[in-house]
Amino acid sequence: MIFLVDGLLWVIALVLGVLAAVRSPVLLRDSVKEGVVDCVRLIPRIMLGVIGSGYIAAILPEQVVGHWLGADSGVVGLLIAVFGGAFTPGGPVIGFSVGAAALKGGAGTPQVIAYTIAWALFAVQRLFIWEIPVMPERLVWIRVGASLLLPFLAAGTAMLIGRP
Amino acid sequence: MSYEPPIQRRPRKTFDWSSASIAVAVAVSAVIVYRRDGQARFLEILFSDFSLFIDILPKVLAACLIAAFVAVMMPREVVLRWVGAESGFLGILVATLAGAICPGGPITIFPIAAAFVAIGADTGAAIAFITSWTLLGYARILVWELPFFGGGFVIWRTLISVPLPIVAGLLARLLADLVARRENSR
Repeated sequence: MIFLVDGLLWVIALVLGVLAAVRSPVLLRDSVKEGVVDCVRLIPRIMLGVIGSGYIAAILPEQVVGHWLGADSGVVGLLIAVFGGAFTPGGPVIGFSVGAAALKGGAGTPQVIAYTIAWALFAVQRLFIWEIPVMPERLVWIRVGASLLLPFLAAGTAMLIGRP
Repeated sequence: MSYEPPIQRRPRKTFDWSSASIAVAVAVSAVIVYRRDGQARFLEILFSDFSLFIDILPKVLAACLIAAFVAVMMPREVVLRWVGAESGFLGILVATLAGAICPGGPITIFPIAAAFVAIGADTGAAIAFITSWTLLGYARILVWELPFFGGGFVIWRTLISVPLPIVAGLLARLLADLVARRENSR
């Protein structure tokens, strides 16, 4: 599965590369250069996010998290999950590792879904670091306002269908 | 042959205070793990994190290349026609689909969304696009979410999330109208 995924990403990259080359070799060269430079620039962040995230997950009080977000925690658990998601710091890995650790620690899946969706959509730190500097500020706040309901909708759906 | 200039992206620093705060959290956690669980556990976590990093690296390179190609080859008039102010519900659907298949990280997605808005994409469509990329983006799901949560959880989480970008886009249009009306009535 994972191998297939890696392969697919590279197939898309190669097809786009061929399309670019057909248009002009300069376009291909510039794009490849930009992509590689982007990747190299990302490496320190990824290293920081991946190597060491295991330690953050290891010191999370899993029983406490599991208790707060447990399957019986209901609406209060959902509110805690959404609030926690919004205030979880860090790059892509922290929120996912906290969510995965909570799941192992006995948290309910609707609560974990609410947590990861809240964190993905409106983690406060990311809003200020990445989004507000590049987007029109009004659009950012409209987006946040329109997103506030979504973790609850997703968790509610998960409860209704009883999955995952 | 000529081609359109790439969408301007802001140069990003490799290290800033958000990275620094994570570094501090990692260092503190590592010390706690070392003192509480001993050297063996400390090294075990280090090696498992390191192999995850090696695993992720080629995917990130592929995603960065795709992002660079898409950024230079995206025709602007298509953007206007499909997700412009007059695009209606279809625009939100198209933006949702685009977000799901658009690779790249938040660092590339926000500037691209901003560029779309600047050349005429509608607020609702832009927000559906960002929401869809965040919740349904395949690269993010496969590269980041799958290794942590495993297939069963990720598949259901994704299916449940399918309508959400549309909801966000429609709500965003309502909010944008409200904001505009309030500003006009002043």
